[in-house]
Amino acid sequence: MKATRILLVDDEVSFVKGLGRTLTRQGLSVISAGNGREALDCLSSEQGRKVDVVILDVKMPGMNGLEALVAIKRLDPLLEIILLTGHATVESAIEGIKLGAFDYLLKPCDLETLLAKIKEAADKKRRQEIKIIEALARNRVKDN
Amino acid sequence: MPGDATERKYYRSLVRNIILAIVIISFTPLILVGGVILDRMRQAYHQKAIEHLSSLSAKHSQDIDRFLADRMAGLRVLARSYSLDQLGDQGFLSEKLRLLKQEYDGGYVDLGLIGPDGIQTGYAGPYDLNLVDYSQAEWYKNSLKSDHFISDVFVGLRNSPHFIIAVKLNQEGRDWILRSTIDFQKFSSLVENIRLGMTGRAFILNFKGESQTNTEPIIIRLQGVVQDFLPEGIGEGTVRVVESQGWNGRPMILAASPLKGGQWFLCLVQELDEFFAPLNEARKMTLSVFLVGGLGIIGVTVFISRRMVRSIAKANREKAALKEKVIAVDRLASLGELAAGVAHEISNPVAIMIEEAGWIEDLIEDDLLETEEGLGELKRAVKQIKTQGDRCKELAAKLLRFARRSDPRTSEVNLNEVVGETLGLLRQKIRYATIRIETHLAPDLPAVAASPAEIQQVIINLLNNSLDALGVQGGRITLNTRSSGANVFLEVEDTGPGIPETILDKIFDPFFTTKPLGQGVGLGLSICFGIVNKLGGEINVSSKMGQGSLFTVRLPAWKKVTAGPAQAETVKTDPALEALRTTAADQEGRP
Repeated sequence: MKATRILLVDDEVSFVKGLGRTLTRQGLSVISAGNGREALDCLSSEQGRKVDVVILDVKMPGMNGLEALVAIKRLDPLLEIILLTGHATVESAIEGIKLGAFDYLLKPCDLETLLAKIKEAADKKRRQEIKIIEALARNRVKDN
Repeated sequence: MPGDATERKYYRSLVRNIILAIVIISFTPLILVGGVILDRMRQAYHQKAIEHLSSLSAKHSQDIDRFLADRMAGLRVLARSYSLDQLGDQGFLSEKLRLLKQEYDGGYVDLGLIGPDGIQTGYAGPYDLNLVDYSQAEWYKNSLKSDHFISDVFVGLRNSPHFIIAVKLNQEGRDWILRSTIDFQKFSSLVENIRLGMTGRAFILNFKGESQTNTEPIIIRLQGVVQDFLPEGIGEGTVRVVESQGWNGRPMILAASPLKGGQWFLCLVQELDEFFAPLNEARKMTLSVFLVGGLGIIGVTVFISRRMVRSIAKANREKAALKEKVIAVDRLASLGELAAGVAHEISNPVAIMIEEAGWIEDLIEDDLLETEEGLGELKRAVKQIKTQGDRCKELAAKLLRFARRSDPRTSEVNLNEVVGETLGLLRQKIRYATIRIETHLAPDLPAVAASPAEIQQVIINLLNNSLDALGVQGGRITLNTRSSGANVFLEVEDTGPGIPETILDKIFDPFFTTKPLGQGVGLGLSICFGIVNKLGGEINVSSKMGQGSLFTVRLPAWKKVTAGPAQAETVKTDPALEALRTTAADQEGRP
């Protein structure tokens, strides 16, 4: 099975580097972006198309996490997004979930929790993809 | 404290003003009404006095005239009823005198008949006046001029005051005179018996002003008073009233009515004060009621004003305490907001430190520390942990400084320093909004007398307002400090949407807010206003729709001081502040 591919979006460069390194050691494939705009550019690229889960900081200069979330969901509705922030409020969490985020984690979070969430999100995405493939296959059979 | 002395002075003057106002308001109508009533009463009494004296004078003059007319009538009856021979007979005259005395209740002293040559040919009476020559007597000459005559009072031969009534008889073209002396005591008592209170006097004057009754010194003095109208006389049946100084210097009323066909005047005189006695009594009573009532009013006023001002002072103290509390609460709210920002900012370095520690663990697990590359990684990781630790420390220190600073006492404060510090605190908020902050801090800015905590609260509230005004669209906030004369100015200008003119004068009111429910209670600017006002300064706003708003805070300067080197440049280049000005795009290169 291919490694789950993660896009890590955070304006804190050291954090992106560190977490990226840790996740890589856990066998995940990690690419990173410094803000919402960069994340969108990245997802539009060839490399970005293979991303399964996006880990997104909520508070970022320029395009903030929630705005980026909407844009990413518009780009690829199947992409699962985990929001990550140091400044959690109930309102922004609810807002995030409403906008289609998979879940919401507080910074700094422990690695096990993060890995579990990533796995859940990746599984969900895979299930969705399988459902779609099956539906497409059924449609094709019907058409024939 | 000097504030206490000023406050006490203020409340004392407040008490004074309230007392003065109430006393003036309550006493003015009292005095006016009392004065008007007393004046009207005085006028009424005065009128009554004049009328009383006039009617008395008229009545008594009639009585006296009747007395004289009666005596004259008696004499005329004699003259018309009997012949000259009979009237010349002493025995006959004596008999008639006795009858007259009997019928007329006294008055007649003697009877005499005077021949055309002026020699008294017949006489009956107590004096020996037979054959006395009256041809040169004034009264005799006057009596020849009319049908009958009453003389003035004179001393004459008998050496006592008396007057004569005479009737002219004409026989064969020659004038005889039948005369009688009138009892002066009897006549005088007619006048003296007129009772006029305690100070009243009555007397008769002839038109020369000579007294025709018992002459008293006071009457002699009053003669001057009547001199004015005596020559012209008084019309028959009328009363002349004169007000003048009396014999004792007190004001008096004199009423004169004509007697004896206008040749004499009956004068009644009485002190005015006697008429006013009941009025004076009433005045005394009124005055004592006024005094007692006035003292009561003043006492109650003093008591109530003091109590009222005490309550006002208490309310003011409570209000001031409440204001302090509101400022403290606002500060706590700011602290909460800042803490949330700082928490976010702190979570990043902590997350990095955990990651780096995990990396070191991995390096140990994989025995990579022996290799040169592994050792290099370890050193880098440790350095990173230290860097991030320092970041946390700095953040915590900043927040602590703000939290601890709550002393409302005034001290010497440099606005430039407070602006720098406040911008540092709001860094997180500013960073995530697309906002550029520009500062133009005047070098050598004089210090102001303020509480650093409170002045920081003003700057935070103004900046928060500007940040909220700019919102997600972003824009520019300019912070200026400058001094002019004895004042120091702080200006916070934003390029936000501006404040509508209709609400511009309401924005400093407490609980006025344009923010959605739950996002602000509308106390920020009101608190700024309160703090700046307390420091003796003022806060003003000017705004243009679509162009932004400018808040100007004026504070009195403490004294001239030289600002620190960090503030010595017109445009601040503090690296921390520089970082604040960077927009989202510039965030990449930060360690």
